[in-house]
Amino acid sequence: MNDAMLEIVHGRANAQIDPSLQVWGWEIPVYLFLGGLAAGVLILPALLELLSGKKPKSMALRLAPWLSAVLLSLGMGALFLDLSYKLHVYRFYLAFEATSPMSWGSWILLLVYPVALLLGLGGLTDDERQRLGAFAGKYRLASLVTWALGHADALRRPLLWAAVIVGAGLGIYTGILLGAMAARPQWNSAILGPLFLTSGLSTGAALLLLLRLDEHERHVVVRWDVGAILAELVLIAVLLVGFATGDRTSQHAFWHLTSGPWAAPFWSLVVVTGLGVPLALEAIEIRRRLPLAMLTPILVLIGGLSLRFVLMISGQASSFREFP
Amino acid sequence: MSRDKRYAMVVDTRLCVACKACVLACKGENAVPDGFSRDWLVEEVRGWFPHLTAENRSERCNHCAKPPCVASCPTGASHVSDGGVVLVTHDKCTGCKACIASCPYDSRYPHPDGYVDKCTFCLHRVQDGKLPACVEVCPTFCLHFGDLNDPQSEVSRLLRERKFKVLHPETGCQPNVFFLT
Ligand code: SF4
Ligand code: SF4
Repeated sequence: MNDAMLEIVHGRANAQIDPSLQVWGWEIPVYLFLGGLAAGVLILPALLELLSGKKPKSMALRLAPWLSAVLLSLGMGALFLDLSYKLHVYRFYLAFEATSPMSWGSWILLLVYPVALLLGLGGLTDDERQRLGAFAGKYRLASLVTWALGHADALRRPLLWAAVIVGAGLGIYTGILLGAMAARPQWNSAILGPLFLTSGLSTGAALLLLLRLDEHERHVVVRWDVGAILAELVLIAVLLVGFATGDRTSQHAFWHLTSGPWAAPFWSLVVVTGLGVPLALEAIEIRRRLPLAMLTPILVLIGGLSLRFVLMISGQASSFREFP
Repeated sequence: MSRDKRYAMVVDTRLCVACKACVLACKGENAVPDGFSRDWLVEEVRGWFPHLTAENRSERCNHCAKPPCVASCPTGASHVSDGGVVLVTHDKCTGCKACIASCPYDSRYPHPDGYVDKCTFCLHRVQDGKLPACVEVCPTFCLHFGDLNDPQSEVSRLLRERKFKVLHPETGCQPNVFFLT
């Protein structure tokens, strides 16, 4: 049976709002991607050290916390570019709004810096410490550096745990930011938090694999990446099943990703290029001990960025307006 | 006591002729910038010829009792004011647009000056004892404004006596703009 005819003339034409939302451009997906990446790069070396009980050998892993802080700063730069009232950016830090994921996020961002700074300091070799001390001495900051190094060493274990916890908070928050918005059926899923965290872990592992790691470290990080990719595939399946079995707005979101306008980029870029192919390549790498150098990590990074872009664009296009 | 008030708007879709006087009145009263509007008309025709029904709705922010825009605002700029009216304090707004994305009715827009803007139920007029500009100007008297916590108010009476609906009740936001059908 056909539904009755429905003709709607919508008399609103607000810029960036109609016919569908376009308030967030490239800045927010890039910010969410870099935030996830920063979380992954912070968590993985810390976990490795907590599990092995040994400080990382390679310079890349020793200084990974600082890389994380740099990535996060770039992400915050993108976020800042998105604000339409840039002069009021300080307002984020004059309030804490418990119901606002964005407020949680802005405070979590601040927590990352001291943890990353001290963890990176603690990872320095004696040689590097001497050079840093000498450098700081020129600016009469030697005692400050000694003080910070002392704390970085004394608090190493708590700092490692803090990195894992704050990193997980950061990774999850980038997903909850979108997932908490019930107004956009395409985002309205509790899976987005864990999904973005897992994606942050796999892209973080990928970025570390692009750097020079020690053989053992490489061995472990590749395996973790495989684990993260598998987890991500499972979470994507759960997300899709959740949409498919939800109400009509959720089912529409399912349709969007499976046969609608966003299906092609979602499956080709996110699932196949970013997860499927890297998974196969890493499986080969593990069995044959054939390092496929750059290709796999680059694909994972492309997939991670695509995930944010596809969800950002499709989410803004999804609205209750589609269900008059 | 203004705190105990619950302001609401009741729109009689059977009287509205979609003349858009409310849209223009709002633009003038609130200096709404070009290319944007805080209220708008939706004209809907349903059914099969010759059994057609038409509905004209003057829509605006629903001043929801459970406003996700307020919940998502990281700075407290979006807040609930007198009588449940949802407002944005321009000075606190960062233009992060979280509130825009979290409004299921797309009632908000980014003002060219940077902050996010929307219908205020003309609270500045209401506090002066006047009606919102759109209500005041409507030539068919299809817009009604008042306090739902006062059983004697016109809006309370209309909702007692007539059939009504709110837009997308499934959002759970509990809108305070009601449409008589
Ligand atoms: S209609 Fe939108 S902007 Fe208005 S109170 Fe509800 S959620 Fe907020
Ligand atoms: S754009 Fe302004 S009012 Fe909206 S959530 Fe951000 S700070 Fe709050």
